[in-house]
Amino acid sequence: MNLQHLILDSVTQSTLNVFSTMLGVELGPVEASVEQSTPDANDGVVSFIGVAGAWAGTGSVSCSPALACRVCSQMLMTEATAVNEEVLDAVAELTNMIIGNVKNDLEKEVGPLGLSIPTVVFGRNFQTKSAGTTEWIVVRFPWEGETLLVKVCLAPNEKGAHTHPHMVGHAYALDT
Amino acid sequence: MESDILVVDDSAAIRKILQRVLRQTGMAIQKIHEAGDGQEALTLLGTQQVDLVLSDINMPKMDGLQLLAAVKASAQLRHIPVIMITTEGGETKVGEALRLGAAGYVRKPFTADQIKEKVARFIEPAEQL
Repeated sequence: MNLQHLILDSVTQSTLNVFSTMLGVELGPVEASVEQSTPDANDGVVSFIGVAGAWAGTGSVSCSPALACRVCSQMLMTEATAVNEEVLDAVAELTNMIIGNVKNDLEKEVGPLGLSIPTVVFGRNFQTKSAGTTEWIVVRFPWEGETLLVKVCLAPNEKGAHTHPHMVGHAYALDT
Repeated sequence: MESDILVVDDSAAIRKILQRVLRQTGMAIQKIHEAGDGQEALTLLGTQQVDLVLSDINMPKMDGLQLLAAVKASAQLRHIPVIMITTEGGETKVGEALRLGAAGYVRKPFTADQIKEKVARFIEPAEQL
């Protein structure tokens, strides 16, 4: 299994496992692809975690505000109707667990990796970009008529294995 | 005897989940304290009687390994068992935690049964009171 397939399989299994264990939700069939970083505008919630080590990059989870509220409601057994600090925290922790478990799988192949603290962005008409590679492994998880997107981009780190993880994703508002 | 537990995690979501899970374990728990990082946890341990600590590893300011090292280096605190709850699965950080004296670890994502199993080693069941 090459690294791309390993990441794809790991993202899928990790997400299914986190949803099943922490949210009590069994997600259905997924759609996976490898995509170039697109300039499309985002609306909703995007959570990033930086990965660093012999390989470096970013993992992200993104979804609509309604789906973010649903994540929070299922995870915390509470009623979330609007995106607030609690919802953003729940999405951040979801990202931490999903990408954290992907990191654990990858470490068996590429050696020790570090993770940053998650950063969550909520807004409308914003664009995200990773400063590194532009190729993303993307897995779409349909849930209740919407889609949760888990994306990972990773590349060998030319700066060596001792780089500390930091926020490698960027978000900025687009002109309206 | 009812026990006090300290939950340390920078995620308020995880602290809330652990509060709920711990309350549902049927253990003799008097109070569940919360801290958002190791530094806050150490401050709290200086003023509160705590019988068990559940701590994340990756946290800002002072991480779980630094907190564990500080607890085990303190004559007043080293008797308190510390269980790590973390996404870390590699030998490096979990192994270091165990070498530093962690009483065990639970991987995130976790089930209520996994938490109960670990906590039951240190906290009495409520029905025995």
